[in-house]
Amino acid sequence: MAAGTLQPPVAIHTENVCRHYAMGQSLIRAVDGISFEVPAGEFVALLGASGSGKSSLLNLLAGLDRPTSGTVVAQGSDLAKLSREQLAKYRLRAVGMVFQSFNLIPSMTVIENVELPMRFAEVDRAQRGKLAEESLQRVGLGARLHHRPSELSGGEQQRVSLARALINRPQLLLADEPTGNLDSRTGSEIMNLIGEFNRALGMTVVMVTHERALAERYVQRMIFLEDGKLIQDQRNPLVGGAA
Amino acid sequence: MKLYDVAELGLRNLRESLLRNSLTTVGISVGVASLVAMLSLGIGLQRMASRRLEKSGLFDTVIVTSRRDARGFNRDNEEGPSPAESPSLNESARQKIAQLPNVLEAYPDIRFVTELRFNDKPYLSNVAGLPPSARNNDAFDGMQGSFFSSETAPEVILQKSFAQELLGMKPFDEPSMTSLAKPLLGKDLLMRYAERVHPPASEAADAAAYSVVSREQKLKIVGVVELDPDSMRGPTRARVFMPLKLAQDLHVMQPSDLRDPTGPGSEPAYGNISVRVKDPKNVLTVEAAIKKLGFNTFSIIDATHSMREFFAVLDLFLGIFGSLALAVASIGIINTLVMAILERRREIGIMKALGASDVDVRWLFFAEAGAMGVFGGGLGVALGWTIGRVINFGTNVYLKRQHFPPEQIWFVPWWLVLAAIVFAVVVSLLSGLYPANRAAKLDPVQALRYE
Repeated sequence: MAAGTLQPPVAIHTENVCRHYAMGQSLIRAVDGISFEVPAGEFVALLGASGSGKSSLLNLLAGLDRPTSGTVVAQGSDLAKLSREQLAKYRLRAVGMVFQSFNLIPSMTVIENVELPMRFAEVDRAQRGKLAEESLQRVGLGARLHHRPSELSGGEQQRVSLARALINRPQLLLADEPTGNLDSRTGSEIMNLIGEFNRALGMTVVMVTHERALAERYVQRMIFLEDGKLIQDQRNPLVGGAA
Repeated sequence: MKLYDVAELGLRNLRESLLRNSLTTVGISVGVASLVAMLSLGIGLQRMASRRLEKSGLFDTVIVTSRRDARGFNRDNEEGPSPAESPSLNESARQKIAQLPNVLEAYPDIRFVTELRFNDKPYLSNVAGLPPSARNNDAFDGMQGSFFSSETAPEVILQKSFAQELLGMKPFDEPSMTSLAKPLLGKDLLMRYAERVHPPASEAADAAAYSVVSREQKLKIVGVVELDPDSMRGPTRARVFMPLKLAQDLHVMQPSDLRDPTGPGSEPAYGNISVRVKDPKNVLTVEAAIKKLGFNTFSIIDATHSMREFFAVLDLFLGIFGSLALAVASIGIINTLVMAILERRREIGIMKALGASDVDVRWLFFAEAGAMGVFGGGLGVALGWTIGRVINFGTNVYLKRQHFPPEQIWFVPWWLVLAAIVFAVVVSLLSGLYPANRAAKLDPVQALRYE
């Protein structure tokens, strides 16, 4: 942070980023020239109807996909320039991801699911169990370590996936419709947890949702997409922000 | 990812589709088993053949003749003294040869044609003296009766065709050995022969002089053997055999006695001497040493080398046939792993989203392929070993029915056990190459969208 300014460092910066797919004869412009910047520690929602390109944009930020053109710089890395191996490392260390369908591995117990990213990060076995348990306690699941995902409710499964997303201490949390499969009460619990990570751990959060009401209750900033283009970028007047 | 984690996750994945992976592993083990069974058969046959060659005495024998015997082998191209100046092939020469390095034994080749009377009827036959070591010659495997009771016992062993002649059978009758031996064993033959008699040393004006006296000797039939009298086996080219020591003690006139009556010294000369060496490898050096003593030599060139070549080719073909089943099994591995990719598409996508690299995913599939190879290889060796035992057992039951001695036609050396398991793992890993790469290159966005 440069002396004399209160400007926080930038977590995400995109410049005219495009992601086009060929679908048969036609070209799908899923992301079509989007430029924006997210300062570190901000809680942002990407809003839009289905097919507006918000999930495609999130995949680009997550390093799961590469832009057709333009640049995506996240946590100091120009993602388009990274090799496959470096992108995997970026996903492992810099990003935590939460999905609408939880994406837990059904054959593994809760604690094994949370430990999985630490196996890829080559954390010692002895440490792994302890860290995973701590992480699960933080999301209120300390008593269900050895259950299978199928034995848990949807809300509990999403908590597990949050614990897993945080296990390698990333600075960026990307959530794709995290409450989409949950009832409103459980959804609120999950949103409260995410909000807490944002405030207490200073994590930058980018959340994809199509529920404007949900976004207005929790996020500091709302970015609206339509047909792959950014149509509106506004601060949320209802939530006081870091900005 | 650490090796331990790769192994643990790989084994966990194998357990998830237990039936399918077990079947694939059984497929590998059948392939390994057929390979092991084929190769162990080849190795067993090779061991059997080399044992037979060793026992046949064909390739570890050097025949020594005197240069004085102008009929001798190789006489044209020999260097050294002229025939007339060469030493005589007598008892002291035999002892000298027997003491050469790598020589097991050297014995004179005593054979003569003479008359044998059986039930007062005369028969003519070639009679040969057999050294005690001939007992181990495989030509005497399956002999009816027994070998000579001592080195000087007045006993004979008859060759099958001579036994047939004694019993008045035709040469093309095919009687069983037991029916031949039964009426002959224990009966007596009367041998009439010419003895070479030396005068007492005091009376000898000329040391080389001797007289010839007609003699008779009763001989008991102790054995009947089925061997080919025209085969190349040195000591066995005759139809009637007696102990060598007895044949020497009888001083039967030898053709060489007539051929070289003017030879140096008073000792009678032998027609030829058979020298057995420790190992077929030593034949050439022993031959050279004997030639230095001034004799001619003859041997059959070591055939074990070309035999080894033959078996290397046989093993190669057996190995290729055995590997066919393993090739089919490797297709099974590819199929199983490709199926696993389809089933675990989403799981691979999740792992990639969580930060697994291409290398991590590739190793996971390799671990599964490798584990199937290890299990399949171990199981296959056990199975192949069992199959080999069963084949061996069956063969020996058959051989016993045909009155042949048992043989070990199947042999599994330790290196084959290890090599088969290593080979199974290598084949499995090669089979895992394509699925592992395909899994590693899976696009995580596509994989996660897949429901």
